[in-house]
Amino acid sequence: MKGSVRFENVTKRFGAVTALKPLSLDIRPGTLVTLLGPSGCGKTTTLRLIAGLESASEGRILIGGQDVTHLSATYRKVSMVFQSYALFPHMSVIENVAYGLTVQRISKAQAHARAEVALETVGLKGFGARLPSELSGGQQQRVAVARAIVLEPEVLLLDEPLSNLDAKLRRHVREEIREIQQRLGLTAVYVTHDQEEAMAVSDRIIVMKNSEIAQEGTPFDLYDRPASSFIADFIGDANLIDVEVIAAGDSTEVAYLDRRLALPLASAATGPAKMVLRPHHVQLSREPGRQTVAAAVSYAAWLGNSVQYTLDSPLGTIFAITAPQAQTLRIGDTAHLGFDPADIRLVPA
Amino acid sequence: MKRTAGLWLLIGLAAFCLLPWYDVRGSFWHFRWFDTLSTQDAPAILWAIGERPWLWLPLLGLILSAAALFLVKSPVKQAQALVISGALGLGLLIGQGLFVVGFGARATVFEGVTQPGMGMGAFVFAAALLFIITTGISGLGRGRGDAFITGMVGAIVALVATFVFYPMAFIFTSAFELRGGQGFGLTEFLPRFFAPDIWSLACVTGRGQCGVAVNSTLLGLATATGTTVMGLAFALIFTRTDFRAKRLLRVLTVLPIITPPFVIGLVLILLLGRSGTLTVFFGDLFGIEKTRWLYGFWGVWLAQMLSFTPIAFLVLIGVVEGVSPSMEEASQTLNANRWQTFRNVSLPLMRPGLANAFLLGFIESVADFGNPLVLGGNFNVLSTEIYFAIVGTVADPAKAAILSLILLSLTLTTFVAQRLWLGRKNYATVTGKADSGRNAALNPALRWTCYALALPWAAFTLVLYVLIVFGSFTRLWGYDHTLTLDHYRRAFNIVVRNGVHFTGAAWDSFFTTLSIAAIAAPLTAAVGLATAYLLVRQNFAGKNAFEFSTLLSFAIPGTVIGVAYVMAFNFPPIELTATGLILVICFIFRNMPVGVRGGIAAMSQLDKSLDEASSTLGANSFTTLRRVILPLMGPAILAALTYSFVRAITSVSAVIFLVSARYNMATSFLVGRVENGEYGIAIAYSAVLIVTMLAVIIALQLAIGRRKLRRTDRLETT
Repeated sequence: MKGSVRFENVTKRFGAVTALKPLSLDIRPGTLVTLLGPSGCGKTTTLRLIAGLESASEGRILIGGQDVTHLSATYRKVSMVFQSYALFPHMSVIENVAYGLTVQRISKAQAHARAEVALETVGLKGFGARLPSELSGGQQQRVAVARAIVLEPEVLLLDEPLSNLDAKLRRHVREEIREIQQRLGLTAVYVTHDQEEAMAVSDRIIVMKNSEIAQEGTPFDLYDRPASSFIADFIGDANLIDVEVIAAGDSTEVAYLDRRLALPLASAATGPAKMVLRPHHVQLSREPGRQTVAAAVSYAAWLGNSVQYTLDSPLGTIFAITAPQAQTLRIGDTAHLGFDPADIRLVPA
Repeated sequence: MKRTAGLWLLIGLAAFCLLPWYDVRGSFWHFRWFDTLSTQDAPAILWAIGERPWLWLPLLGLILSAAALFLVKSPVKQAQALVISGALGLGLLIGQGLFVVGFGARATVFEGVTQPGMGMGAFVFAAALLFIITTGISGLGRGRGDAFITGMVGAIVALVATFVFYPMAFIFTSAFELRGGQGFGLTEFLPRFFAPDIWSLACVTGRGQCGVAVNSTLLGLATATGTTVMGLAFALIFTRTDFRAKRLLRVLTVLPIITPPFVIGLVLILLLGRSGTLTVFFGDLFGIEKTRWLYGFWGVWLAQMLSFTPIAFLVLIGVVEGVSPSMEEASQTLNANRWQTFRNVSLPLMRPGLANAFLLGFIESVADFGNPLVLGGNFNVLSTEIYFAIVGTVADPAKAAILSLILLSLTLTTFVAQRLWLGRKNYATVTGKADSGRNAALNPALRWTCYALALPWAAFTLVLYVLIVFGSFTRLWGYDHTLTLDHYRRAFNIVVRNGVHFTGAAWDSFFTTLSIAAIAAPLTAAVGLATAYLLVRQNFAGKNAFEFSTLLSFAIPGTVIGVAYVMAFNFPPIELTATGLILVICFIFRNMPVGVRGGIAAMSQLDKSLDEASSTLGANSFTTLRRVILPLMGPAILAALTYSFVRAITSVSAVIFLVSARYNMATSFLVGRVENGEYGIAIAYSAVLIVTMLAVIIALQLAIGRRKLRRTDRLETT
């Protein structure tokens, strides 16, 4: 199917180093999928394998249903936005954008006309005559996007495209990229190490760790149903509390400290596990309540629209985010923390 | 793959059936062979049918490739079959060439049969087989399946093998050859190799002469150090100061490169020799004794400094410019002052470039032939000794070969040491992210040091060149300073009577030199830069061996290559002596390493993501090379073109063995004039050569121009 990407047990080795353990993935056409993970996890290698800049050691790669495993980057219908942008410094902006068209022997006039359209798409109309060095970082980034989309690729690859931009611009540009991707119905594969960025732009996220996929799903899936403590912590912050599952099945009972708690969720097996408690699910009060745990406030930061606390408790160090209250807790105060069992998720220990 | 292989198949077939197989000695372009098919100029197919049936053998490879192409279905098996059949054909072609040679067969199987050297047909045929092999290799998924890349690798490997390794093999074998053609052995080699006239350290430890190898090494180290320091001083003044006469500086430093080899020596003699102008002047003024100090180590060193500083300057200017301003700015914001910035950031970033300049200087010095020949006196170096071993009263090829081996190991050792010191650091500073910023200016102490080093040198150079011009117009330097045009008239007289007649003595060699240099320069630049591209940007099996082979040709001094060419190409299968082609080929492989080095330096400063961006945008490697890499390599191309053109004109060491009556080069003409003591005409001819080369260089500069990557060349004003 046009625009789909499929990996069948693809591996990549550089000499003795395994950059990618057998990896299988499916990317549906028209979706924006993010490869997310800490540096060195294999996400960029995966992207370069899709681009054809690296060749697979084993396995098959299919783009649009066609086997491209042995096809070089030149002949794959993918284009890429590089982290460094890789704009050709000796060509003007319009020449950069038209480059992919002119190498396909499209006449210069026609190529430039289409490049103009692409520049307009990214909001850089009228900048064609400039050299890349005469543009700001954000503008250079948009030229790189224009250069990639002008070819109407089956798959658009973006390698940490925002890492060279400042934070404010980053949010703006990522929205633009998402908007362009949606408008043109492009399949896009996006590499980043920033989970917030990934959540903001993606239809699906593939989280990678140690050269393999840790978990794959929609941003909501990953957040709401993390499969491991790594995912729980990596996608949105999480407090991980050691518990013992004492009754498994459709409903679950866990033990921690000297308490027992019934959770309205299904679990597979009894034994040690970790309870995922999101910071904004932590309820803090000055008075003790049912099932609350006493904790000492060790750090408090007022951020205007929220207050962030770090608390020392028998459950370990707990990170909490609350709405701003009239009476803010202060460092050294004792707080009683509790939570709604419905907000709790369990992951393997 | 199928299309490319099929195309080469057709070309090979055409070469076999249509082109004259053997060397037709200049008549090819007259197309006389076309209607006289029964003569020497017949294509291979007619010879094979007739008296030379062994010519069918190489065709077998072509036929098998065709079978592979049309009968084998599986792409991988087809590729394998192409490689095997192509290699078979090429092997048989080389085999029949080596075993059935012009002066009789080497193997008893072919006793009594002969054939002349290979010609156009054989070479096109060989190329076709070669590219069938490389296309097959690309089909096996090597070189990321890119037939252009594998073809390029194959072509360069084949060329280097034919024109570097093949002739060098003759040098190596003759080093071990016993006197009187009694086979080979170590009995004569070992004592001659360890002889004291090669290795003696007498000049260091006490009184006496050092061995030639020691002399060469000491001279090389002194020259390399000197030229690197001077080159850096010039480069820093040129790029990091607001010195006003930058253009003049550039021209001044380029001048010595475009100077024929003996001129500097001659002018130095006329100036500083025992009865030289300056010697006499200062001798009379201060009562200093007039000595022959110029004829020896210091004279050669001075001449080499004048000759090779500009090369270091040209190398280092690109290096200094390549240091990203943002790194220097980063350093300055970290509270480093300008000296600390230079010492800790800029200089380490320039380290590969400096090492490159040093390496170049050492090898240039060790291989230099002209300066030691004129100024050496009793100070003997390897290159001149090799020459005298061949052309001296007693020709001794074995000695020449042994000295060549020593010279080779000297240069190779330097190269390896250099690489170990440099390590494998990444110095890429021109990235795809456009860089804007200002290069840090030099701190005052450093700036004045540079001025103090470079400006007197520039002034001295200027004086030398004024004297060249002056000398070419004087009747007899030192004795009769009457102005005259006689020298020019004798060399470059033109008579206009029933058309234009170039009657001057020098015209012939002048035109030959220019046309051969003009043919060799672009080829040299192309081969050199292509090699650099492969080394920096591509990964393929055997890359280290590939690198070593280009490295080897870098380490072969001109004298050695000249001797080797005479030994190897004087008889079939490749008979090239007394042609213009041998000069062109000699220049290409002799000067190619400079293109390679310049290309590597320039290309490692281009971020690899530029190539990758181009290829993801659908450009193949050829297009990427043409539209992205080459335009960004402007200065490197310019340097390679300029250098190879100029070197072809001014080179003397290899040329002196390879010139012929029909293809006489300017430098060998000059040698003749110097030997006859006709200094006036030699200097006049040199002046004309200098002006010609200058004109060509300026034209090239204008044509290729400077790369425009930043808004302007901004410089911190102090």
